[in-house]
Formats: sequence, structure tokens, C-alpha cells
Amino acid sequence: MRRDLKGLNLRALWRGLVNGGEGGKGDRIVPPTGFTAQLTLFSAAAMAFLAVFALALALATGRLADRWSQELAGSVTVRVSAAAAEQEARVQSALSVLDQTPGAGAPRRLPQDEVAALLEPWFGPDMPVDALPVPALIELPVTGRDFDTEGLRLRLETEAPGAVLDDHSAWRRPLVSAAQRLRFLGIVSLLLIGAASAAMITLAAKAALAANGQVIRVLRLIGARDITIATAFVRRFTRRAAIGSTIGTLAGMAGIALLPDATAAGGFLTGLGFQGWGWLLPLLIPFIAAGVGFVATRWAALKMLGAVR
Amino acid sequence: MRDVGFGYQGGAPLLSNMTLSLQPGMFHFLTGPSGSGKTTLLRLCYADLIPTSGQMGAFGQDLRGLDRDGIAALRRRIGVVHQDPQFLDHLPLAENVALPLSVAGEPVDMDALRDLLGWVQLAGHARALPPSLSGGERQRAALARAVILSPDLVLADEPTGNLDWEMSMRLMQLLIELNKSGKTVLVATHDLNLIRATKAQVSARVLRISGGTLHLAGADL
Repeated sequence: MRRDLKGLNLRALWRGLVNGGEGGKGDRIVPPTGFTAQLTLFSAAAMAFLAVFALALALATGRLADRWSQELAGSVTVRVSAAAAEQEARVQSALSVLDQTPGAGAPRRLPQDEVAALLEPWFGPDMPVDALPVPALIELPVTGRDFDTEGLRLRLETEAPGAVLDDHSAWRRPLVSAAQRLRFLGIVSLLLIGAASAAMITLAAKAALAANGQVIRVLRLIGARDITIATAFVRRFTRRAAIGSTIGTLAGMAGIALLPDATAAGGFLTGLGFQGWGWLLPLLIPFIAAGVGFVATRWAALKMLGAVR
Repeated sequence: MRDVGFGYQGGAPLLSNMTLSLQPGMFHFLTGPSGSGKTTLLRLCYADLIPTSGQMGAFGQDLRGLDRDGIAALRRRIGVVHQDPQFLDHLPLAENVALPLSVAGEPVDMDALRDLLGWVQLAGHARALPPSLSGGERQRAALARAVILSPDLVLADEPTGNLDWEMSMRLMQLLIELNKSGKTVLVATHDLNLIRATKAQVSARVLRISGGTLHLAGADL
């Protein structure tokens, strides 16, 4: 019997999904169950809606982690602090060291107006930066894998006193780690949503099968094969899962599309959404939900039919 | 069946050393007091129960060796009418009667279906839902469903148990017609009057279960 059920007719299932309505010919042996049908549809729609957001979160945090990682590895900053009379000489010493550093591009000293722009959020636009003992800043692009942060830090300490290397790790690494954990949580959420969907569809299918125990017994007595009975139930629940999750997915995608755009929201929220081909990913959710419905109902039907001779 | 024994789990043996061979094309009665095992014997015949001992065969197959698909195939060759027939209550009568064809994947010949409903005098109820039918109508519908696949054997378990005499005889008349068309019929009943009335119209073999064993009856009827 179990071998038979494992060989459920996938072609017939697909035909039923595509062509058969709720009252399709094969499905008519299963009585209409309004409440169970609505429950399955609603559950599938709600889970798909949540899955879209979990997927968007996983993708957004993934992009954020990648971007921050790249920026972390993409450049370093050298801060040169010295008395005003000595600062220029120290800067030149530091530039000389940086010029000879393997794996690094051309160093660029930030002009005074860029330094002023960096300080503007704290001191306001009218602050005379020239009057402050502001360190000189040198930006150094990292271009090769042979770039040695620790080696450069040691060289600067000995050859350009007052020059401090900042590879941004102190503040970016925890953010990257947080973004990666958020991505992990997004993926875990997706898996939990899938498992919860399977559980709900299994419960609904088991309730429907239990309520139709008499139907199953009658069908067996008149010579129906397990595959015929199981396929009717499996097809019905698979279709409900597919329809419900399609509605939920489209609603979720609409919700994502209506989020404020990058310039309006700013910050982290700018990335919460789909970009380019990423918009195709949530369209997989109805197919996955249909698959979950198929497997869950098949399992429930297999158990139920095993109890009827 | 040969030397067949059966007992429900946890209970004493109900049938023992039972040997029976149904004659093809013959009308059989199975009689005996309530609880003697008539229904159990019929359920063994359509593989709803597995004997605890002995050999059970039908159409050249060992019933104990059948897998679930084999059991389904066997039941398409055996039409069964129960005392309290069950239907799919959400389907009209015509679809219920045609159900064995549908689940067997065979096309439904609407003319033949109409003729069959006419034969059991239910042509006017084709669109009725089963819960709206009377006891006699349900039994005749069950008979129509049992024979739509043209089975070799028709089993009826107390088919007149819930019917009045007139309705019982109408149903028996249909079973007699089936038998005269060549079908093997086995009717389980405790109603001796029904057996006598039927025997007046058709040659029938009467088997009696008592004390868990099977005897040929007849002289006392």
C-alpha cells in the first residue's frame, strides 16, 4: 500500500491543479468542506504573506552584510595628529609609508572642506575648522590581498609618529555580524513558516480525512484503489495551499512595493525589499506551499488509508 | 473457503473449520441466528476480514495473499449490498450508482445507467440525494451500485432487514432476476419466510451457520 501511495500520479495531480476546479470530476468524491477549505486557504495566505517579509528581510540583511563587509575591506583611514607646526611633516612621512605599502592604492589626503563636511553634523556649518586642532585624514584604498593591516600599523608607529591606522573594524564588524545574524534569523523564520504551514495543512487534511471516514470506507468497499482516494484529497489540499499562498504572496509583494523609497526612508529601511531578479524569488512561495500541501496531505492520507482495509 | 476459522481480536473463535464452495450461477442463502457469523462470513468473502486459519480463495486467487490494489480489484468483481447501505451523501443518486465505474476509471454510459435505475425503479430519483431516499429505495440503489460493474458474484447482507414484506419481495425479485441472468448470488438472512418465498421462484441452496460451523439446510425449510 505504501509503495502505491509513494507513486501518487503527479501528472494527474498537475492536471487537477491546472484544469480541475474545486468541483472537478475526481474531487467530487470528496464532500465539500467549507470551514476546512477556508481555514486552509487563510492559513496558506497568511503564511505566504509572512514568508514574503521574512524573505525580504533575509535578502536585505544579506545585502547589508555584504555591502558593509566590502566597505570594511575596501579602504582604511590614517589619522595624523600632531602640533600644527609639525603636522605637515608628519603627514608627508605617513604618505611616504603609505605609498610603499603593498596591496594599497594611491593614498589621498582629505582636503579641508571634506574634513569640515565630516565635522559639520557635530559643530554646525559655521564652525571655523581651521581654528581647531583637527587631525589630518588620509584615505587609503585597499586593492590587493597582500595588504597587511597590522604590518602597516607597526610601520606607521615607527616611521610616522602620531599617525594612527583605522581599518573601520571597530564599528563595522559588529554591524556586519548583526546583519549576518538577522539574515540567519530571516532564513530560520522562513523554515519555521514552512514547518508551521505543513503542520496546519496536515491538521486540516487529517480533520477532513477523519470527517470523511465513511466516504473512504464506501470507496474502498466498491473497489477504489488507495491511489484514487488519496489523490482526490491530495489534489484538493494542494490546490487550496497553492491558491491561498498565491494570494498571500501577491499581497506581501504589494506591501513591500509600497514601502517608502530609499530617499524618503533612509538608513536600514532603504534595503528592505527586493531588487532586480530578487522580485522573482517570492513567486516561488506558492510552488513551495503547494509542495508542502502535497507532502503533508499525502502523509495524512497514507496514515488514514492504512487504517481502512 | 477450506477449513476457515475466524475470531475477532480478544474474542472467542466465531467460525471454525468452515468449508464452502459457491456454485457459479447458483442462488445461495446463508441463514442462522443473530450473532452466528453470517456477516463475518460475507466480510471474509470480500476480503474485509482476514481468516485466522484455513484457506480463502476467489476467482482463482488466494485472498490472504492480496495486496491493497488486489483487494480493490477483487471488490470490483463482487457486488455487495449491506443491510444499511452507505452512500456519498453529497452526490446525487445517479452519481452514487455510477461511482464504481468512476473510481475504476471507466466511462459512464448514461443510457445504461438510466436503464439500470429503471430496473431498480429509481429512474425518477436520479438527481435525489441519498438522505432523501426511503429504506427500500436505498436498498435498491445499493443493489444497482453493486451490479453496475457486472460482477461475477453478488453478496447481500440482510438486505431486507429494515424493509416491510412487500418491499422485501421486490428486492428479492431483483436478486432473482440477477441470478437468472447468470450471476452467483449469496444472501445472508435470518428470515425463513423470505427464504421459502424465494425458493418458490428459484432453485436455491440454503446454508446454515450454527455453533461456528456451516451446514447444508433445506429439508427443514
